[in-house]
Amino acid sequence: MSGVTVFGLCAAAAVGLGLYGLITNPQPLRKIIAFNLLGSGVFLLFGVVGRRGAAAGMGNDPVPQALVITGVVVAFSATALAIALLLRLFQTSASVARSGRASPGDDPDQVGG
Amino acid sequence: MSIETVIEIVLAAVVLTLGVWTIVVPETFSATVGFVAYGLLVALIWVRLDAADVALTEAAIGGGLGGVLLLGAAARLRDADMMADARPGKLLRAGAAALSVLTAAVLAGVVLLLPDPAPTLAPAAVANAWATGLSNPVTNVLMAFRAMDTMLEKVVLLLAIIGVWSLAPDSAWGGRPGPRHQADPRGVLAFLARLLPPVGIVIGIYILWTGSDHPGGAFQGGAILASMWLLAIMAGLADTPLVSHRSVRFILVAGPGLFLLVGLAGLLFGAAFLSYPPALAKPLILGIEIAMTLTIAATLGLLLAGAPERSTEP
Amino acid sequence: MSLARDVMTIAAVSAGAFFFLAGTVGLLRFPDTLTRLHALTKADNLGLGLVVLGLLPQAASLRDGLKLVGIWLLGLLAGATVSQLIARAARHGQLNR
Repeated sequence: MSGVTVFGLCAAAAVGLGLYGLITNPQPLRKIIAFNLLGSGVFLLFGVVGRRGAAAGMGNDPVPQALVITGVVVAFSATALAIALLLRLFQTSASVARSGRASPGDDPDQVGG
Repeated sequence: MSIETVIEIVLAAVVLTLGVWTIVVPETFSATVGFVAYGLLVALIWVRLDAADVALTEAAIGGGLGGVLLLGAAARLRDADMMADARPGKLLRAGAAALSVLTAAVLAGVVLLLPDPAPTLAPAAVANAWATGLSNPVTNVLMAFRAMDTMLEKVVLLLAIIGVWSLAPDSAWGGRPGPRHQADPRGVLAFLARLLPPVGIVIGIYILWTGSDHPGGAFQGGAILASMWLLAIMAGLADTPLVSHRSVRFILVAGPGLFLLVGLAGLLFGAAFLSYPPALAKPLILGIEIAMTLTIAATLGLLLAGAPERSTEP
Repeated sequence: MSLARDVMTIAAVSAGAFFFLAGTVGLLRFPDTLTRLHALTKADNLGLGLVVLGLLPQAASLRDGLKLVGIWLLGLLAGATVSQLIARAARHGQLNR
């Protein structure tokens, strides 16, 4: 078994792991991490295919490499957008919870603000 | 079995262990740290796959900046128990496990049954390198042969930053992203933030410059520049810029804008959209790359800084 | 000549790997943050330094050698700063407790 096959199997396992975490983890941040794990497995599959296409003095086919570089940056920006959405959701739900508690009269737990 | 294969198997096993740990560990913070370590080790796999350009990108963006992003989010969401729904039931978990195992098994089968000899575009990329005057085939693919992908990816980055900015509350619209960082001005962090950026800026420019002939390029150089900027912000030496400021917006559109202009010029005066005349190819590509590096550095930094939180008035 | 270089490389890189191993064992076995940091910084500074020293005879040119030394110096700077920050945070946490 060559090293390329080892990494290919590793990539397939990473995709499976990421998919499992994405479905079963209840916390949104953990879902984002799991999705990134899935993505890195897909990128590694590209790398394995490119490594098998080594030719003309190149150790790895440059076309999949370029696609992965583009993909890594896009994955980062998508993660940043997802985290910004998550933080905003957290802020909004926190302030809703606060204003809900501050509504007069119906909250016996509230003692003196 | 050669010693290299043994090392590769150990590397793959460690990476997978970290992946499993990232998914199953109960604390979110530990999962984040595990994912950063995973990203850095995946960069080593890329080195073993003889893809140094991808390894640099993965280490700088996947491991480095992505790690900062996730760690920052984990720290701010530390007491976010309200975000957690109930843990899914046994049936759902069993179904997810079955689906994941099936997916991984199919992919593993595909890896084992890949066609031999493998199809490749490497000879074509190397044979056409004369058209650009650059000898790094990956940069050639990114900037010339598949330039359309790279240009559209810059637009995706721009859309992401617009998306992040549009999450600002009304009071902070057009304001500064993130909290103002305070650090001891004579402390260690401020010392590092004064000492490292000059070195880091030189390295970032070097990586951009060497990318035309060796592994490196605009993405990797831009990521290093962005991290230097973020270091100065975190040490309290600099503040995040007003997102409504004109110069910020100019830098953000400089890369895709110049790319589009050169592409349209190719349509008007040359053979096709984004075609470079061979005599001018290298200076044109380098010019686009310099603009792109600035755009990437600013975009990555501002994506990490997040949505505006402070209003324009102090 | 090349034999002498190879012997030096093997000796120095093995010594570096030993320090990394010892540092990792210390990181896993030591009881609290400060002692763990001690183990970690020894591994980083000395281990990385010895590995770089061992690779220097194999460098193709002076430029490559200088790059290797530069990596070591940046590693030293990052390690020293981060361990200071972690130690400060750890002490701060203890005082607050």
